[in-house]
Amino acid sequence: MNQLAEIISKNEDRIRAEWMRDMSKIVQRTDLISKGELDEQSRSLLGAIASGVKSSGSTEISGTEWTEARDLLEDISASRARLGFSTVEVATFVMSLKRPLFSAIREALSSDQDKMFNTVWAATELLDRLALVTTEAYMTAKEELVMRQQQEILELSTPVVKLWDGILALPIIGTLDSARTQVVMENLLQTVVATNSKFAIIDITGVPTVDTLVAQHLLKTITAARLMGAECIISGVRPQIAQTIVHLGINLEDVITKAKLSDAFALALQRSGRTVTRISSAPVNPISSLFSRREE
Amino acid sequence: MERIPVLRMGSLLLITIQVDMHDKLAMQLQDDVTQRISEWGSTGVLIDISSLEIVDSFIGRMLANIAGMSRVLGAETVVVGMQPAVAITLVELGMSLPGVRTALSVEAGMELLFGAVTAAKSGSGDERTEA
Repeated sequence: MNQLAEIISKNEDRIRAEWMRDMSKIVQRTDLISKGELDEQSRSLLGAIASGVKSSGSTEISGTEWTEARDLLEDISASRARLGFSTVEVATFVMSLKRPLFSAIREALSSDQDKMFNTVWAATELLDRLALVTTEAYMTAKEELVMRQQQEILELSTPVVKLWDGILALPIIGTLDSARTQVVMENLLQTVVATNSKFAIIDITGVPTVDTLVAQHLLKTITAARLMGAECIISGVRPQIAQTIVHLGINLEDVITKAKLSDAFALALQRSGRTVTRISSAPVNPISSLFSRREE
Repeated sequence: MERIPVLRMGSLLLITIQVDMHDKLAMQLQDDVTQRISEWGSTGVLIDISSLEIVDSFIGRMLANIAGMSRVLGAETVVVGMQPAVAITLVELGMSLPGVRTALSVEAGMELLFGAVTAAKSGSGDERTEA
């Protein structure tokens, strides 16, 4: 193994130059990473590999001697994942080191076939392991990204708005899964208590599909609101969704459903003993006529 | 022995649950409510659970039972002031308390009860006609 270390440290500059050339042949992402930065990353990684081989004497990279190389590689992969590199491009970073390294080994050990084979095999194993580390770090970084975005969507997408005294609206955007239902339900119920609202309109215009699971989540929310003494109206049922609901045999008979949010709002106003009328003498402005009829 | 007070307000019964319910207390309450309804001839029962923070399936069933028993005895039941966490828990337990009426506050509950009682007196016994 020490031969491998010796070869690497002796030919470091040349291996790196060839590595850079090979890499740029396969992937060229000058839009995402500058040449100077790439050069710097390659230099420090090659140095870490050389010192890892030298101090550990083997290509088993789980030992403490390899911590530097592993950390370096994980950092590079994670930062590339965030920059928007593809999996192939990230893996190629390590893989393209093979050819330069092999040709350096061939030059140094051309006299001894056995030795050359052993060294090449060791180098292959080493680079494969490093490539696995790269891929794993890349996937982890990507997963973290997805998780964070999911969390952000969850926080953003559940506003409860007050339409009138005692009438709330809850526009739902996106698919309802169990985690979101929980957040939606808690938000709605807490606002019902805080504003003492008797009516809550759940608008599902922004829900792309309603299957049995989504319907079950909706029914749960409605039941919980009813237990507290608030009445729920579902609005924004699109024609396709109405068809799906009937085809799936979902029972929404105990729930008031309306096609549009305005219909649901009108119903809620009517149920709470209010009407909206236009003042004939005033200029026709639906907003001002609405406000002039406000009782409280 | 600890028990939940059942107050009389005209033709209504007012029950405010302000302690953590345990099974014995719930059974005692069932006994008391049915006893009082038949004794005083009450036509409405209002149960305020706004201070109740912990429920289990037994307490949920007890609420449904009280409503059922009262209806048999000729009184309407309204449960008022359920906390969000309690409502979510009951739904997750699969208890939607189908026969129980609910209201947000004691005030709204009273209104509902008076409406139901007058509707019952005027002859239209249908309990689903309230606004």
